[in-house]
Amino acid sequence: MSNPTPAATAQSSAKPKLNLLHLLLEGRAFFALIAIIAIFSFLSPNYLTTSNALTMTSQVAIFGLLAIGMLLVILSGGIDLSVGSTLALCGVFAGWLMQGVELQSLGVILYMPVWAVVVCALTMGAFVGAVNGVLVAYLKVPAFVATLGTLYMARGAALLMTNGLTFNRLSGNPSLGNTGFEWLGFYRIWGVPISIFILAATAIAAHLLLTRAPFGRWLYSTGGNARAAELSGVPVRKVQVWVYVLSGICAAIAGLVLSSQLTSAGPTAGTTYELTAIAAVVVGGASLMGGRGTIRGTLLGAFVIVYLGAGLVIIGVSSYWQTVFTGAVIVLAVMLNSIQYGGKGVKT
Amino acid sequence: MKTPLHDETPQATPDINEVVLAARNVAKNFGAVRALKGVNFDVHRGQVTTLFGENGAGKSTLMKILSGVQPPSSGELILDGEPLQLASTVDAQRHGISIIHQELSLAPNMNVRDNIFLGREIIRAGGVDFAEEERQTRALMRELEEDIDPLTAVEDLRLGQQQIVEIARALSVNSRILIMDEPTSALSASEVEVLFKVIRDLKARGVSIVYISHHLEEALTITDHAVVLRDGSMTAYAPRAEIDLEWIVRNMVGENFDLGKPPTGYAMGTPALELRGLSVAAASGTGLAVNRVDLTVKAGEIVCIYGLMGAGRTELMECAAGRLTAQDGQVLLHGQDIAGLSIAERIDAGLVLVPEDRQRDGLVQTMSVGRNLSLASIRNFTRTLFTRTADECAIIDRAIREVTVKTDGPDAPIGSLSGGNQQKVVIGKMLATNPSVVLLDEPSRGIDIGAKAEVFRILSEHARDGMAVVYTTSEVGECLSIAHRVIVMRRGRISAEFTTDATKEAIMAASGESLVA
Repeated sequence: MSNPTPAATAQSSAKPKLNLLHLLLEGRAFFALIAIIAIFSFLSPNYLTTSNALTMTSQVAIFGLLAIGMLLVILSGGIDLSVGSTLALCGVFAGWLMQGVELQSLGVILYMPVWAVVVCALTMGAFVGAVNGVLVAYLKVPAFVATLGTLYMARGAALLMTNGLTFNRLSGNPSLGNTGFEWLGFYRIWGVPISIFILAATAIAAHLLLTRAPFGRWLYSTGGNARAAELSGVPVRKVQVWVYVLSGICAAIAGLVLSSQLTSAGPTAGTTYELTAIAAVVVGGASLMGGRGTIRGTLLGAFVIVYLGAGLVIIGVSSYWQTVFTGAVIVLAVMLNSIQYGGKGVKT
Repeated sequence: MKTPLHDETPQATPDINEVVLAARNVAKNFGAVRALKGVNFDVHRGQVTTLFGENGAGKSTLMKILSGVQPPSSGELILDGEPLQLASTVDAQRHGISIIHQELSLAPNMNVRDNIFLGREIIRAGGVDFAEEERQTRALMRELEEDIDPLTAVEDLRLGQQQIVEIARALSVNSRILIMDEPTSALSASEVEVLFKVIRDLKARGVSIVYISHHLEEALTITDHAVVLRDGSMTAYAPRAEIDLEWIVRNMVGENFDLGKPPTGYAMGTPALELRGLSVAAASGTGLAVNRVDLTVKAGEIVCIYGLMGAGRTELMECAAGRLTAQDGQVLLHGQDIAGLSIAERIDAGLVLVPEDRQRDGLVQTMSVGRNLSLASIRNFTRTLFTRTADECAIIDRAIREVTVKTDGPDAPIGSLSGGNQQKVVIGKMLATNPSVVLLDEPSRGIDIGAKAEVFRILSEHARDGMAVVYTTSEVGECLSIAHRVIVMRRGRISAEFTTDATKEAIMAASGESLVA
């Protein structure tokens, strides 16, 4: 009984062999993406051109940014329904600042430099996230309900701020020194849109956070078993607040990129984007119960959803069918997730 | 060291009058793993047959085969002399075989009546015939002599009563054979008494019972036949009258067993943990779970807290560790009042808790063995921003060696380990933080006797190195093993204190336990 025998004990389940089925299940999002690209390239010569790939990928950037934030929340065992509204609120907030803030008491109009506008918008996103986090972690409001509430409140705030209209003058004025907002959406490095670099940088940062930083461990353990994590000294509530804050910041970045791409900031932007973000996370193999999921998978999920939708448009399938296909992909993904995680039950 | 006079080894053909259900040469393989290696097992008609065995001996597998959850890989089942094939648990129920699992399978939000008829509702024109269901439920409760109202929600019942509801459900499908897997693990002594009375009534009605328990002394009071399983094979059979505790333990582990002695030959240090007038409010909101408890534990000392379920042991432990707030009193760690410190800060200060329920509070099921082991000491392998893989591996390897976890390696899923090894992971995780005071709430719960001895050995080694150890137990045999002192708790208070020369009887009497094995 006392001698530690690492391997070859009869009890331990034999390591699953890397057979084809197992490989397909593990890398399902990757293979799905390959299949999508292969099929649509075959069906349309316009699909896999450099310009179309870049267009599709800058679309991925918006959803990918939201999905990264969403993954953090889902890993903690929660959900963030407010990201679409937060995206709109932060975009509108940035647009409002770009128009110039009139300070009536001083009788001046304040024009901020673009970097300050970006910082303010990110702060706004973090604030919405912090509200979510405090509601969930300290006031014990179920995440679904708390973020459903902020979904409405953020959307309402965005509509109030613009009176339902859209801010169009975002390019700034050289004489005021606040130009450059469109840089986020239009500038290219080596022909690649900035938004893709932003996505990549965010993904790398989030990946390092999850795999190398103590915060990642705390997050995975909080989502896997919050009670055990707490007794092991993990600051569970702080972790819960922080994931919503990070999700809010990700939504703010996405809001800035989107309004820069569109050169306008509308209060109805990003409606239902939260659902696409959740879909990307789920397609990427994360468990909605928390504790399982990776950045790599989530990115692949975002690619799958956007590349599939764009492919259907290119080959001329009705956008109504697109919705049906996207739904089917999500259901299939969840089904495969339960196959993958269901088998690893507790031994009795 | 009695040897059975009467040979109960199963006959090739079971005696129909004596044996209601028999397993012959039953084997079960999971891939390359041989969980059962050709087992012969008799269930005696109208009597209690208890199956003893360590974790991983194959008890659960055998029960699953008998109750139709899994088919055997080879061998056959014989019911009343006829060969039997069970396709499912429903099929088994049709043959009168029911199983009551350790985790009860009741819907807590529904009432007793609806639970009993769940999935078999009595239908009449216009819907479910609630009146008839209620009448039958009342009749069942009368038979069991239990005063449980059919319209009470199950969540409002005590655990022991919930167990009665499970039994009633099994009886309502006319079960002749009832398999009970660890039915007493969560019951108080008085609830156990009620359960045993019900079991005796069932026997009188001709129901045959298969009983599984880790609580050997308790099982001996109820059983008529003992069967011992070891490493997938049956090792011994005997009627109750011819055996004793020692016989069971010897056959379970294959050698004489000893849970250890208090470590000696070193001087105890200064007081490491002091509780002064500590009171904790009860979870129910009324009264105190812990009532003005004073306790001092020195460095190097091992203290055992014995008490029945609900005596306040768990609350005491959780309050000291920082999960529950004290209503009154102080907790001192090395002379410093640690009021207001969070769990994490207490861990940093050297005070750790190994929780009672390892599934619920101890392990993160989604993480690997290694990640579970390193969870509490992440700071120790973090350099500036990031964790250092090399440092973490060193900590994990040391922990695996130190608490002798049997695993495929640090990357194996935590669910692949046996109960005893999972418990060692929880203990190893907390020991990896280099604590000076370790609190363990029921460290031996649900683990086999070999693993128990291992755990106690690890604890005495650490005590020798100057660690203060406090553990709770509800098995009196474990009090008189490695502990230097035994504290008995009763209704939130310390009711007695013993040194190593105490007797089991005295300890049990101080706890208020009437049932003496």
